[in-house]
Amino acid sequence: MRRIGVFVCWCGTNIAGTVDIEAVVEAAKKMPGVVYTGEYKYMCSEIGQSMIRDTIKKEQLDRLVIASCSPRMHEATFRRTAAAAGLNPYLVEIANIREHCSWVHKEKEKATTKAIALIRAAVAKAAYNRELVAGEIPVEQRALVIGAGIAGIQAALDIADAGFEVDLVERTPSIGGRMAQLDKTFPTLDCSACILTPKMVDVASHPHINLYTYSEVEKVEGYVGNFDVTIRKKARSIDMSRCTGCGVCLEKCPIKVDSEFNEGLIKRKAIYIPFPQAVPNVPVIDRTSCRWFKKGKCAVCKKVCPADAVDYEQADELLEKKYGGIVLTTGFDTLKLDEFGEFGYGKHPDIITSLEFERLINASGPTGGKLVRLSNQEIPQNIVFIHCVGSRDKARGKPYCSKICCMYTAKHAILLKEKYPHSQTYIFYIDVRTGGKEFEEFHRRAVEEYGAVYFRGIVGKVFPEGDKLLVQGVDSLSSRTIEIEADMVVLAAAMQARDDAAEVARMLGIGVDTHHFFVEAHPKLRPVETHSAGIYLAGACQGPKDIPETVAQAGAAAAKAIVLLSKKTLIADPCVSEVNEEICTGCLACIQVCPYKAITEKTLDQKVHGRVVQRLLAQVNEALCQGCGSCTAACRPGAINLKSFSNDQILAEVDAVCL
Amino acid sequence: MRFSYYPGCTLKTTATELERSALKAAKALGIELVEQKEWQCCGAVFPLVRDEIAAFLSSIRSLAAARDAGEKLVTICAACHHVIKRTNHLIKTDTEVREKVNGYLQLETSYLGEGSVIHYLEMLRDELGFDELAQKIKQPLTGRKIAAYYGCLLLRPAAIMAFDNAENPRIIEDFLFALGATAVYYPYRTECCGVYLSLNNTQIATDMVEKIVSSAFSYGAEALVDACPLCHYNLLELQKKTPQGKPLLPVYYFTELLEEALGLKEQTAVRKDRK
Amino acid sequence: MKVSTEQLRSYILKDIAVISGENVVECYQCGKCTAACPVSKAMDILPHQVVRFLQLGMLDEVMESNTIWICASCFTCAGRCPRDVDVANIMEALRVILLRKRGVSRLKTEDVRLVFSEGMPEQGVVSAFRKFAR
Repeated sequence: MRRIGVFVCWCGTNIAGTVDIEAVVEAAKKMPGVVYTGEYKYMCSEIGQSMIRDTIKKEQLDRLVIASCSPRMHEATFRRTAAAAGLNPYLVEIANIREHCSWVHKEKEKATTKAIALIRAAVAKAAYNRELVAGEIPVEQRALVIGAGIAGIQAALDIADAGFEVDLVERTPSIGGRMAQLDKTFPTLDCSACILTPKMVDVASHPHINLYTYSEVEKVEGYVGNFDVTIRKKARSIDMSRCTGCGVCLEKCPIKVDSEFNEGLIKRKAIYIPFPQAVPNVPVIDRTSCRWFKKGKCAVCKKVCPADAVDYEQADELLEKKYGGIVLTTGFDTLKLDEFGEFGYGKHPDIITSLEFERLINASGPTGGKLVRLSNQEIPQNIVFIHCVGSRDKARGKPYCSKICCMYTAKHAILLKEKYPHSQTYIFYIDVRTGGKEFEEFHRRAVEEYGAVYFRGIVGKVFPEGDKLLVQGVDSLSSRTIEIEADMVVLAAAMQARDDAAEVARMLGIGVDTHHFFVEAHPKLRPVETHSAGIYLAGACQGPKDIPETVAQAGAAAAKAIVLLSKKTLIADPCVSEVNEEICTGCLACIQVCPYKAITEKTLDQKVHGRVVQRLLAQVNEALCQGCGSCTAACRPGAINLKSFSNDQILAEVDAVCL
Repeated sequence: MRFSYYPGCTLKTTATELERSALKAAKALGIELVEQKEWQCCGAVFPLVRDEIAAFLSSIRSLAAARDAGEKLVTICAACHHVIKRTNHLIKTDTEVREKVNGYLQLETSYLGEGSVIHYLEMLRDELGFDELAQKIKQPLTGRKIAAYYGCLLLRPAAIMAFDNAENPRIIEDFLFALGATAVYYPYRTECCGVYLSLNNTQIATDMVEKIVSSAFSYGAEALVDACPLCHYNLLELQKKTPQGKPLLPVYYFTELLEEALGLKEQTAVRKDRK
Repeated sequence: MKVSTEQLRSYILKDIAVISGENVVECYQCGKCTAACPVSKAMDILPHQVVRFLQLGMLDEVMESNTIWICASCFTCAGRCPRDVDVANIMEALRVILLRKRGVSRLKTEDVRLVFSEGMPEQGVVSAFRKFAR
């Protein structure tokens, strides 16, 4: 006979307010196998826990049922309590009478009846609980960081500084990301390149960091501690060991295409280095536009290269590597403005996005930092900025706030006035959001010291009239419609997730929200982890954020990865599947449904009537199994059971509730 | 190619030129437009009040008749198109209206919104195809600079009308291209002309018309083309009331240009005195 | 200006919501409707103010304005609203309520004879009556 102890928690009034604890205790006393029943206001408190420990010894309990909150909250706590009293932790069963009962019901009588039923089920299940011993899995002492913008750079540096190997993979030819495109940064106005490039150089020279630029992660398999990753190193068409970065090839290449780094404002060559401070400072041939690759003619770059580094025969290379943890830092895009015809983006050269404005005012940009109207190369006098183009717009854009636009627009107003004291900025806004250290002060400076005129309202339409842009808007504070003859209009386009974010998430087995930003494990308490153990997030791939937040998050993600890598082994959850070889028919339906590739086939030699026959069986790799239970549902003879959730246990619960 | 055709009251009276040219061009293109036998006035504005179903009945009768004939319903007047298209959407999505209307009409087969109504321009684009149309042009309008005026009723609300991108439409420009003409883009081509106000707020409507016409003119247009009898009237008549006192640009129905390009009539007049 | 709870819960607000199918609470007052409106200059209160007054239950301000009669039903506001609030629908609902309740006719038969002679299309006359008269 079992010796089961039931402990009922009040959770203050959380449970006791809706559930009659006394009645529950009385009912539990009569349940089969129950030899002790107790209650306490806060079972998870030290007093509650010591009461459990003492009772286990005094009453010689061999199973525990804790009727309290969700097992997600305190299952681990009570398992530790049991272990401390010498009881195998997997002999503890939780009856969730808070989230599943007291919180969702109002009538005390009915809630009490339900709480009793839930405890009866837990007691019935507990009777079947077996002692389980957690195994260990090894941890590969290397991290993978995907995306080398400021988030990826920071995370890679932090992990590498802790002494672990890091592979940093970047899709484009250079690391640096969005931050490399920016001019100054708010609210301090320090030069973006000046603070970023030293970090880029650190990454390139760090003994523990391997840089894979112009490379993409193609496949991710395995599990925490043991990810198997395939990386495609795209053919750069340049032998990196030979190239000296002299740049002759760039000058001589006859093909020009839009420069991605400069937002298409100027051209680059088909063989190119994205920007002067690129790391690595080695060109790449864009095979989709190169004349050699399109027509088999040209080869000018090969002829002029003094180092003989140009290699048209180079092929993509596939690397297969193992990692303990992964940090995902793939960044963001800006919203395409096709749906916002009223702003005329793409229809007039003086209507630009904020990112294009960054390039135009940047000393290393296409105009050498001289802000000009692209229509006539003149310096603009009146510049209109429009906030929330596609942000907070559930009809045609994104319902969320892009968070950084208020601040960078204030920054643009300040930079403009500093550079061109005669210019005038007009800013249309819905709300100015300045939550952040020194942010509000910075915004006020734009208004008070730099003369930016803010209109509380938004723009209806921009009408190009002659060489001016007639901006029609509203100022709701004065209840007047506003017309401005502008020379330039700058649109703060919404931040959005990368186009392929959902595919990346699927590859990694993590979640995305409705806007395809990656989802953190808990919005408050686990902000840089994902629901997949060993995969961490940082930067704008998780949601709009500015540089300080991104860097902080990257450091946090790195810390999480370091915690993981600093362990040689991980404790494996013993609640995994097991095959009863006596019953298994070898149909292998389980292999088909297993999402973790944890089940394989094996053959067993077996003597039948004196002859040896070979039987086909399923076998579970306990390190790979995540305990999802799909196989147990697929198994026709019922040969696979999930430990701690066996068919016997589940049926006992069902019977206890229904019979 | 055969369609049921809904003319509407205006095409039979003040906008006879629109209907005449449209039908003549269709015939030349091998498109059969069969006028519905018992069409009634569409009601002219789409009613937002759901508790009076009377205003929906005419549209539903025509849509049901086209369905029974196994044909799409073609409209030419932008206002009729607006009303019929929105009514069709309403009956598809609003159960209460659907039940009331069918309860009243007692059709042999209830009408649930399964029919479809298309504008003449959509017919040219989606059924015939502008490439096919370009093949049939006999007198291309080469060198003619024409500005499209879209008005409100075909474009908005965009999700229901599903006619074109409401802020950046191209159907009329593509049509002009097929005719061999040069389309003039100007920022007022989708702005309202204010015709609903020309009865009791003439000055506002006149200002609106002046903006549209002078913008098209400043972008180099020689003529305006439209697809709506109401806009057409407004653009023509109110130009006379602008400070200049006389029209800046001639205004044509798109079908008149089609007729000309198909070689069915003499060249339409344009302002030649400009550049 | 006193705001009362009764005024916020007026049954006419519910009528407006039912007739227009629009929920004014969704508006966050960015003013896009006003900025987009081609006839706002002739209005005594601006389109975004109409919505604001409705949010506050200040019906008199709205019902006595010329704004709802100036609105040309061009739907430009609706097409550009970031909150999917169709202000043109709201204007129509307000007109309908006034025309039905108070029997106000803003258009007289005599006015029409004149415009007909100028060639105003039938459609225009019919829609003007539908819009401005009971």
